[in-house]
Amino acid sequence: MATFNFELLDLPPEAESLRGEVREFLRETVGDGAPHKRERTWGGHDPAFSKKVGARGWIGMLWPKQYGGHERSALERYVVLEEMLAAGAPVSAHWVADRQSGPLLLRFGTEEQRQRFLPRIARGELSFAIGMSEPDSGSDLASIRTRAERVEGGYKVNGTKVWTSNAHISDYMIALFRTKVVPDKKHEGLSQFLVDTKSPGISIRPIVDLSGQHHFNEVVFQDAFVPDDMRVGDEGAGWKQVTTELAFERSGPERYLSSLRLVIETIREVGREPGERAAVTIGRLVAHLATLRQMSLSVAGMLQAGQNPNLEAAVVKDVGTSFEQEIPETVHALLGAEPRLGTGSDFERTLGFLTEHAPSFSLRGGTREVLRGIIARGLGLR
Amino acid sequence: MNEMQAMLSDTVTRLFTDRVTTELRETAEKGQWPAKLWQEVEEGGLTLTQIPEARGGGGGTWQDAFIVVAAAGRFAVPLPIAETMVAAWLLSEAGLDVPFGPLTVAPARASERLHLASDMAGWRLDGTATRVPWGRVAGHVVVVAGDMVGLVAAGAARVEPDVNLALEPRDTLAWSGAHVVAAAPAPRLPGDAVRLYGALVRSAQMAGGLEYLLAQTVRYVSERKQFGRPIGGFQAIQHQCALLADHTAAAGIAAANAFRAADRGDPSFEVAAAKVRTGEAAGLGAGIAHQCHGAIGFTYEHSLHFVTRRLWSWRAEFGAESHWAAELGRRVAGRGADALWPDLTAR
Repeated sequence: MATFNFELLDLPPEAESLRGEVREFLRETVGDGAPHKRERTWGGHDPAFSKKVGARGWIGMLWPKQYGGHERSALERYVVLEEMLAAGAPVSAHWVADRQSGPLLLRFGTEEQRQRFLPRIARGELSFAIGMSEPDSGSDLASIRTRAERVEGGYKVNGTKVWTSNAHISDYMIALFRTKVVPDKKHEGLSQFLVDTKSPGISIRPIVDLSGQHHFNEVVFQDAFVPDDMRVGDEGAGWKQVTTELAFERSGPERYLSSLRLVIETIREVGREPGERAAVTIGRLVAHLATLRQMSLSVAGMLQAGQNPNLEAAVVKDVGTSFEQEIPETVHALLGAEPRLGTGSDFERTLGFLTEHAPSFSLRGGTREVLRGIIARGLGLR
Repeated sequence: MNEMQAMLSDTVTRLFTDRVTTELRETAEKGQWPAKLWQEVEEGGLTLTQIPEARGGGGGTWQDAFIVVAAAGRFAVPLPIAETMVAAWLLSEAGLDVPFGPLTVAPARASERLHLASDMAGWRLDGTATRVPWGRVAGHVVVVAGDMVGLVAAGAARVEPDVNLALEPRDTLAWSGAHVVAAAPAPRLPGDAVRLYGALVRSAQMAGGLEYLLAQTVRYVSERKQFGRPIGGFQAIQHQCALLADHTAAAGIAAANAFRAADRGDPSFEVAAAKVRTGEAAGLGAGIAHQCHGAIGFTYEHSLHFVTRRLWSWRAEFGAESHWAAELGRRVAGRGADALWPDLTAR
């Protein structure tokens, strides 16, 4: 049986001093924004804010300076991320590019691609979407069918991607296409591409979520042309690359902090001298929160040490998303307040927003069932 | 884990693997004190890991102690190793020397108070403490009364034996004008020091117990065949094992975090969080382990129960999840909503 390796991490002094700078920046930019706006955390989209973050050097923090990066540590980056999330800063215009598209290009992209895209990502000027799922391919990602066929100078793409968050407001998408059909070997013949979302042959249609909001999209490719120099990595290497990318996607503090705002507003709601039942509920939530932070930090420490904590990241995401998903239920059981939309108190509106959004927490970035399969494999059961 | 801690971990794992057999656990449950094992553990310096060398300890840290206590939980070692560590710590905080032999602490329950009073002949102890762990076998009991720490010898108390679910001694000790070997003030200790450090060590024992449950459950579902294949091949079982792994990982880091905090100073926040998290994991983990083991795990013949019965008792001892959650909740609420994140990141 493989064992976990969760070691406690002591954040170095430079990371802690950076925390102060980030808080000061957030006070100036996000300020005392209304809680019901701040609960969106990494769902909030504000390109102007992302440019300010880029100007501070807090995007592409780990990347080499020659590509506009800042050559700082994974632990300093971790502090920036957790402070942004805790403040409910609108980070989504740079989040995906900073977390996974940039690192992917750095690792598998051509020199030309790195020089062309990374500096602009680091300045907070370019936003990226992720083109993985399709109408018939969700958890079984390797079964995707969107075809990229070789034509002169590039590829002709036909097919459909779904659940593509922010495709309608992103400059580029990193998409997984099938470049070759290999019978009975679905993991082969996949390749990744940089796709300009404005190019001809691509139509982007909204998929409205249950709360009436538009962030998902259906992206349809009809004879869309993608030039050769926009392929990322070798043809056929897509599966290996995409699993690397998913590991970036699964390891961060966004996997346990989505409902932090509701914990904070619930503490405000019960007041400074809560009754026994409220105290027990709050205390339990805080115990879980404090533990998850140490687990998440531990994964950051492994990344900093150059290890490959795929199993640990899956554990943290499973524990973390279960926790953030449970919070609206716990708060409902404690206070029984009616969740509200556009009216009501900050607390009621935060409860309303998170009650509606909580189901997505254990779906996005790999479902709970997929993660438990990964953990079971780590335990030697698969 | 540094190199010395890795060596310590190897040492305790080897010792307990060799010595803590099913037979030893069974005879201990029948009331026989495993004197030889205690002697080996004590002579190996494993009971006073984090006590300063000047007081006869190993001069290590609480984080070193964590390795020993978690291993004791993992192997369901029927000895008061954790209690001895806490008792010795209280003595050293009061500037008192640590005697040889197994130690325990009292009072273990929040509602009970003991009284230390001095007269011409020295210090005397009065009062009754229930559910004292290993009370009848400890050579000395370390008591806390107000900001005083006192040391009383075995035999000074009237003992009514009792046990917890795992048949570990949990005795009532009654003292009436009992002679106190030594007493001193320990103003640095928090008022609930016995429960706080008791909860600290129980959280590590539970984290260790969960590690056993995970390893044992994965082993069992890989071997046990039904419908023509190992039951671990079924997704329903795989997902239960993954959930057990989740809780085991969370319990381990929650407990380790509390021990780190004990090295840094006041660990009350982290201990409360650890006792809540490990206690919750213990209940859920024991349930999963039993479900995956089926009927055989419910028999006395199978050794799963040596750990699960302990977990069910340990989570309630030195304050259950509800007690520590309430403490934590009042503390957090008292600081106000906007202090939550800054406080969390400052620790």
